[in-house]
Amino acid sequence: MASEFTITFENDIVTIDLPSRLDATNTEGLQNDLKEFIGKKVEKLVFVATNLEYISSAGLRVIIFAKQKIGVDAHIFLIGAADSILNVIKMSGLDNFMTIQDSL
Amino acid sequence: MFRVDLHPTHVCDCGKFRLRMGQPLPFGATIVPGGVNFSVYSHAATSCKLVLFNKHEKKPFCVIPFKDEFRIGNVFTMIVFDLDFENLEYGFHMDGPFDEKEGHRFDKTKILMDPYSKSIGGRDVWGETPDWDDLYQHRSRIVFDDFDWENDHPLETPVEDLIFYEMHVRGFSKHSSSGIKHPGTFAGIKEKIDYLKELGVNCVELMPIHEFDEFENSRISPATGKMLMNYWGYSNVGFFAPKAGLAATGKFGMQVDECKTLIRELHKNGIEVILDVVFNHTAEGNEKGPYISYRGIDNKTYYLLTPEGYYFNFSGCGNTLNCNNPIVRSMILDCLRYWASDYHVDGFRFDLATILGRDQNGAPMSSPPLLETLAFDPILGKCKLIAEAWDAGGLYQVGSFPSWGRWAEWNGKYRDDLRKFLKGEPGMVGPMSQRLQGSPDMYRWEDRGACASVNFITAHDGFTLYDMVSYNQKNNEANGENNNDGGNDNYSWNCGVEGETDDPEINRLRLKQMKNAAAMLLVSQGTPMILAGDEVANTQGGNNNAYCQDNEISWIDWSRFEKNKDIFNFFCKMIAYRKAHPVLRSRTHFLNKDYKGSGYADITWHGVEAWNADWSPETRTLAFMLCGMHAKGGTCDDNSIYVAMNMHWDAHSFKIPELPDYMSWFLFVNTDAKSPNDICAPGKEKKNKNQSEFLVGPRSVVILTGKDNK
Repeated sequence: MASEFTITFENDIVTIDLPSRLDATNTEGLQNDLKEFIGKKVEKLVFVATNLEYISSAGLRVIIFAKQKIGVDAHIFLIGAADSILNVIKMSGLDNFMTIQDSL
Repeated sequence: MFRVDLHPTHVCDCGKFRLRMGQPLPFGATIVPGGVNFSVYSHAATSCKLVLFNKHEKKPFCVIPFKDEFRIGNVFTMIVFDLDFENLEYGFHMDGPFDEKEGHRFDKTKILMDPYSKSIGGRDVWGETPDWDDLYQHRSRIVFDDFDWENDHPLETPVEDLIFYEMHVRGFSKHSSSGIKHPGTFAGIKEKIDYLKELGVNCVELMPIHEFDEFENSRISPATGKMLMNYWGYSNVGFFAPKAGLAATGKFGMQVDECKTLIRELHKNGIEVILDVVFNHTAEGNEKGPYISYRGIDNKTYYLLTPEGYYFNFSGCGNTLNCNNPIVRSMILDCLRYWASDYHVDGFRFDLATILGRDQNGAPMSSPPLLETLAFDPILGKCKLIAEAWDAGGLYQVGSFPSWGRWAEWNGKYRDDLRKFLKGEPGMVGPMSQRLQGSPDMYRWEDRGACASVNFITAHDGFTLYDMVSYNQKNNEANGENNNDGGNDNYSWNCGVEGETDDPEINRLRLKQMKNAAAMLLVSQGTPMILAGDEVANTQGGNNNAYCQDNEISWIDWSRFEKNKDIFNFFCKMIAYRKAHPVLRSRTHFLNKDYKGSGYADITWHGVEAWNADWSPETRTLAFMLCGMHAKGGTCDDNSIYVAMNMHWDAHSFKIPELPDYMSWFLFVNTDAKSPNDICAPGKEKKNKNQSEFLVGPRSVVILTGKDNK
């Protein structure tokens, strides 16, 4: 499904496989799931964006939420994002707090 | 903890949303736990409804009346719970009397934008044709306070140390020659920060970035067949929202973040940000204009009205904001505080600012409460406040704008006098002596200091620098107003041929005149302002009023950078020289005396004879010397500087004032010399062979640095 995401938590690393779209229709669910990690020891937060084709402001806000609520001491990674997605992230200044990589 | 004040007490009629009475302050839409607090003022409305849309949808999904018990005083306030505010647009229906003579224009069928909207949808992508059938054109949205400023803080650079650079966000980088990824946007400016640093400016003054409608009064030019738009944007839709169409991410609704990112990155590079704000009128126009917000929410509060209920038009744009009404005054203050605190902007330039000093009948006030409030506001305490001290109603207050020691002014007299002197008009050495030292004739009487004067030769309004030396007459035919628009008092001179020419002598003279202008601007006391693009000799083809030209006429053509490296280099080095020499950046006016025991007064005036300036009307030569020991009121040491200006068409030999034995004069600028000998890097000046005399070429400026012989 275009809107489904998966989250795994292993070795203090949270990995979020993002769907092809991240917008107001699915961000609430993602945000709720991420709330589970507030207060836990998280070393890395990894957003895998290889399937991501569209991200809305709501989607971007989830990343901000993750940084502010979970990742204060954790490293944030964005993996495999397409140029169009990276452009939005860079223009809105979110690239400052995350490491952007092509692959894991 | 369970908060009683956030407990729903009501349910809306559709049963979908829970409600309770909200908090009247702050106005606007504010996210609270579990919901959104809506608050809107109207003095004369009899009822109000909240209209809720999903983003971009034409029909509202819910209309919720503010219950009688949800009104306190003249404020309708309500918390709506369970909203998906990421995907929300909202507006108001206001009901009340429609009585033109009484100034009321309520129409309950209209959907009205919140005056406190922090983000506005409807024109998300610049130039994308709107759906004109949409009943709600400018849509209030909700923003989040989660931007990561990374400890950024307004820079608080002393105003005397600033070099303003006025730019249009779109025009600065929209031209295909800009070579950047996101042309015409906030992100585009960010891409050009290295260029700004190379140039050396340390403050960008952004032409309006509040939400405006580029389609306001859009039309096809009969002269060119091109679409004319509200390109400059001096016509606000909303005061609290950055224009989405100026953001590359506007289509994602991320304009707030993009704008903040730009400001943060400019600050990281030592560049301040000043916003050009337009509080004199709104985009609602006159009686025939559209309902966007203010007219339908409380016409009589927001606008200055004639006794018959028509709109006063001191702005020349159809209506006049009622700035000294206490409600509007509070809105303006809230707005400026918001931009200062939430966007970290460093100051504001107020368009047609004298309107802010008119009373509710339109008459000028001696101590306008709005201007006083802004001058003493604690949150704006370190912001630069700059007035364009005139309006379209004929009130001209350059030199007399109420200041309380806080307000600076765009000095229109500086512009006019320098232009006249530059083109060789007689009778200008006296006025120029005032302009060059921060216009004490205009500002000393109130002890406002040299930095009350923002010195400029060109601004968005008028010729570019290149056009100023290339056109005697404006060429505004493309604006479609039979060349009747735009100013006629340009004090420009085409150097012999109107417009473009292949004549090398004329082009050489134009280049020299541009350098002369830049040199005089950057050695003047007061704060200099450069129009973006002047440093590459940008042209608008003689159009001196490009307000509607969203095309190559107004966009900076960066291919001229390669063609005109000479003038760019000159600007860079002049700016570096100003930064290197505090004696050029005095906060206070000179005292015309030697209070440091140096043997020289802080400023001395000369002509072709040292110590003997010729003030007669036919004189076109003037020189001055700044004593380095008096730099910044004698608080720091600097080199001395001597500037000789010959605006006569013949060369003249200037006798140079003698320095103490341990010092000599070194040549920094000679605009008569061809590049690269016209200017050198500051600190790399070569010692003059002749220490007592200098032959200054026709229409030329020479700058010498007086420093130790070593």
